Amino acid sequence: MTDRPLKVLIAKPGLDGHDRGAKVLARGLRDEGFEVVYTGLRQTPEMVATAALQEDVDVVGLSILSGAHMTLVPRITKLLIESGMDDVLVTVGGIIPDDDVAALREAGVAAVFGPGTTIATVADFLRANARPRD
Amino acid sequence: MIVGDDPTARALELAEAAIGGDRRALARVLTAVENRTPLAEAALRRLYPLAGRAHLVGITGAPGSGKSTLVAALLGAVRAAGRAVAVIAVDPSSPITGGALLGDRVRMQSYAGDPDVFIRSMASRGHAGGLASTTTAAASVMDAAGFDLVLIETVGTGQSEVEVAAAADTTVVLEAPEMGDEVQAIKAGLLEVADLVVVNKGDKPGALRTAAQLRAMLVPTVGRSGPADRPAPKRPQVLVTTASTGVGVPELLAALDRHRVAGRSVEGGGARHARAAAQVRAVLADRLADRLRSASLAPLATAAIDDVAEHRLDPYAAADRLLEAIARDSR
Repeated sequence: MTDRPLKVLIAKPGLDGHDRGAKVLARGLRDEGFEVVYTGLRQTPEMVATAALQEDVDVVGLSILSGAHMTLVPRITKLLIESGMDDVLVTVGGIIPDDDVAALREAGVAAVFGPGTTIATVADFLRANARPRD
Repeated sequence: MIVGDDPTARALELAEAAIGGDRRALARVLTAVENRTPLAEAALRRLYPLAGRAHLVGITGAPGSGKSTLVAALLGAVRAAGRAVAVIAVDPSSPITGGALLGDRVRMQSYAGDPDVFIRSMASRGHAGGLASTTTAAASVMDAAGFDLVLIETVGTGQSEVEVAAAADTTVVLEAPEMGDEVQAIKAGLLEVADLVVVNKGDKPGALRTAAQLRAMLVPTVGRSGPADRPAPKRPQVLVTTASTGVGVPELLAALDRHRVAGRSVEGGGARHARAAAQVRAVLADRLADRLRSASLAPLATAAIDDVAEHRLDPYAAADRLLEAIARDSR
């Protein structure tokens, strides 16, 4: 259907407790007309993949500020692919050094959003790149 | 719409996979149901005859009364008993943007990797009764996929969002301590549809007093008169839980199981019949709306609505005119 809202999982994998950014983004995407599933702090890769599968989301947005992205993100994208979610758009936000971006893209991440990214930028990117599904 | 693919074949494929335990397929069917695609109808045609076995439990109450926490606590108790359980958690859609923040999973995330727990968030998408318009159909899909218990958590409700009582076999109304006096307990509405009333946050001051007041006030009046076919008032059991620690939760699960057995023995299966009627009425309304949007009837419908807007025609006459047009068009 053309007018259905895009469904986005905002997940916070890893052990840092800084969820303000994730919450601001969740709220901002709500205001942009997305259906946002927010799962809270300290999610394991298994929790993220399970939520993405059960909710049948179009987008998985990962917020990571702990520096553990090179461990967590590839594990999550691997789990998503293994469970048949290879058509889901994966994005990462947080403190990600430029040097790591290429490797994250290699792991299946469509975009990395650093500090200062506006909600509108993220929303436009998701609308343009989330694959339309049945 | 699916282009270049047969939605019926794809629907049957997904439905069979969902019945066989494929959770990805189940999730896809649920999305189709939410989006009311042609695929959903074809899938439901296959799945609906398999449904009707699960115990559908509605959980409703004011925002912040602890519905999600109680559902999470129930998940623990149900899994300890080895039963498969699904959850539908409804949160409101924005009336402005259509967006929604679905936050009920936050308290239910410990069951990742357990194939016998399936949690699905739903946005209400403009539907006003505390559920989404497709929640009942989604519950049937989970039922058909083999879940023994389906917990339906409503949006945070006020006093009159009683729709969940038609969607569920057993309706649990959550109250928090000190949320109102005895007069609140005798007002019409939500408490009247409760099969079980749960005073949650039982560790807070006033919980036991609130429960005692509810027990005293929820007694049905005796010597009632009125039409014989009017349903008898319920006399809900009042329980006290502390969902955050699990206190009272095994007792709640036991009470749910007792109500499930009792509900099955009711003549005509009261809740089931009400649910069937509500579903048929809703689909009928959708079908009528679809017909009025069809090429042969749309001009007439637009003209009738224009006439009502200009007060040349009253709404009843307009509706009758359109119904007649649909009947003529069907011949």
